[in-house]
Amino acid sequence: MSQRQVLQGVMSLLRPLLLDVVPTIQQTAALALGRLASYNEDLAEAVVKGDILPQLIYSLAEQNRFYKKAAAFVLRAVAKHSPALAHAVVDCGALDALVISLEEFDPDVKEAAAWALGYIARHNANLSQEVVDAGAVPLLVLCIQEPEVALKRIAASALSDIAKHSPELAQTVVDTGAIAHLAQMILNPDAKLKRQVFSALSQISKHSVDLAEMVVEAEIFPAVLACLRDPDEYVRKNVTTLMREITKHTPELSQMIVNTGGVAAVIDYLGDSHGNVRLPGIMMLGYVAAHSENLAMAVIVSKGVPQLAICLSEEPEEHIKAATAWAFGQIGRHTPEHARAVATANVLPSLLALYMDTDSSEDLQVKVGS
Amino acid sequence: MASLVRLQNEIERIKEEYFTRNRIAEENRQRENEAAILIQSWFRGCQVRSYLSHLHRKATIIQKIWRGFTARAHFRQMVKAAYFIMKMNFYHEMSVRIQQRWRGYCVRKYSHNYYARKRYMEGLARKNKQIRRDLEEFSEFQRRERERMAMEREEQEKNVQAQRMHFLLSTKQCPGVFNSPFRPGPDEMELRLRRTKPLPPRNIPRDRASLLGNTSPSSPSFPGVPRAFGAKPLPPIPSKKPQGPFRGPAEVWAQRQRGLEPSLRVQTSISDLEQAQDQLRSGEWRNHTMETMFQPFSKAHQNRSYERMLHTSSSFQPVPYGTKHFREEHQENLQGKQS
Repeated sequence: MSQRQVLQGVMSLLRPLLLDVVPTIQQTAALALGRLASYNEDLAEAVVKGDILPQLIYSLAEQNRFYKKAAAFVLRAVAKHSPALAHAVVDCGALDALVISLEEFDPDVKEAAAWALGYIARHNANLSQEVVDAGAVPLLVLCIQEPEVALKRIAASALSDIAKHSPELAQTVVDTGAIAHLAQMILNPDAKLKRQVFSALSQISKHSVDLAEMVVEAEIFPAVLACLRDPDEYVRKNVTTLMREITKHTPELSQMIVNTGGVAAVIDYLGDSHGNVRLPGIMMLGYVAAHSENLAMAVIVSKGVPQLAICLSEEPEEHIKAATAWAFGQIGRHTPEHARAVATANVLPSLLALYMDTDSSEDLQVKVGS
Repeated sequence: MASLVRLQNEIERIKEEYFTRNRIAEENRQRENEAAILIQSWFRGCQVRSYLSHLHRKATIIQKIWRGFTARAHFRQMVKAAYFIMKMNFYHEMSVRIQQRWRGYCVRKYSHNYYARKRYMEGLARKNKQIRRDLEEFSEFQRRERERMAMEREEQEKNVQAQRMHFLLSTKQCPGVFNSPFRPGPDEMELRLRRTKPLPPRNIPRDRASLLGNTSPSSPSFPGVPRAFGAKPLPPIPSKKPQGPFRGPAEVWAQRQRGLEPSLRVQTSISDLEQAQDQLRSGEWRNHTMETMFQPFSKAHQNRSYERMLHTSSSFQPVPYGTKHFREEHQENLQGKQS
């Protein structure tokens, strides 16, 4: 029997179990469906084709909390694979049911519903807009204020997925007052929560100057710099991403970050980290230096150039080297003083070698040449 | 008359002369006419020429005067204009100097203030250093906290292990697993076993009967649980709810655990009378001031020896403390000096 036939067989076995009298069997069948769908995209498609979703959604409104949790798990598992599947989930009317289950008392149900909404909104702007139109955002902001850490995590990640697509969506998220609550959770000891919070803040602030200014007005600096020493690597990466998204808009925001000592903290971060996670730090330094000559001098004074030279020599990846070359260009282009500072770090020979190297990519060569 | 005669003599000559003169004049008329014309034209020409040259001269004079006049006026204008331009140039020059100075000052002070920038960079370097130091301290602190928590957790775990494996403690007769005789000293686990107290014997799962009435593990005299004297023990945590219309164990316990209410006769102890008498006696002894009791018809009070009063019997004099001072005590040593 081919895999597809096996799949159809499994679906036809599980579907009647969903309508069983005993509630435990229903819950276990839903859980099994969810696990199957989350493993493989074909299985998820089979779930959609087998017309199981309307049944699940109908009973989502009525059954007890374990069933709701399992049904939301199935929806999440189906929606996570591709935009088409997520669209199919939305077309069955899942959004209203999920938003209703966000108003439940049980935190596990809320967590599963928020997770499903987050996975739906992740794919593209249309789906995010539909999630927002269903009225999910104020409920997610309420979920963030709940005491359970897991629920906070999932709600923060859902808000981050909603806000990342367009400025209007980010504005909608901000209008419900999410920034204040996200800012309160910055010093929470849980590392995964901090990851999601910083990711959400950076997705909000990346779209426009006003949003970045609103994020900064929440007085997250200098508390954010303390999180740059968190033992968790991805927390640090997300903090640097947030700082990069803030500094890229205007010189005033960059100035503010420089005045709080952010540049020194990021340079130390670059020294401690390795690999891909260095990229947002390098780009942040490049953006800061690009705005004005004073800021470029500030980067030089904070001992940024030796650190960037180390990054250039240590990292094997092409795109990180390209970013470092771009950052050097931004630092050195203002006045001869700056160029001299870049030159004394013995960076130019390695840049030249990269330019001449036929193996390096077009992008790298263009960046080095500029 | 003479002249008349003379004139009559002359008439012929005059007639001839008249005719010759006319003939000559007639012959020379053309020539003379032309000559006269020539002379006249030349003369007229001279006249006109002199008139013209006169006119020219006069016109030249007039023009000369006029030109001089206009030229001088023009020159005056030019001089004025040149003077004005010179002044303006001077003013421009000076204002350029003022503006140069001002712009240099302005730019150096406000726009590209070198010293302010230098101070800012120095301040920034200091701030960076401070931030780096703070972050270092913070991460150190965090690390130590985490290590401390990890160590505490480990300690807890080991203590729990030791409690549960307390039976492996070595006895006098037989050394335990962790106290091998071939080792120079006992193992760390052995020391831990010695330190910790063993786990109390686990509660056997009770049935309903013991839940409702028996007090054995929960009586006040149970030695394992330290409790304040007279405090009631907590009711047991219901593990299995019995099906049926039973009252809760707390209620039943309160009903069943009525305290002793002995009657008055039973309450009074056997030695109550003696205790009461003792109490009265000690109350009297406490309260009376005279120690010697009045004993009539006895001669006991006569055998007492006489005790002198402290004031009359001591050899010490009243101390002149505060009234007399050292110098006054030995007046003779002063020898007349001022006090």
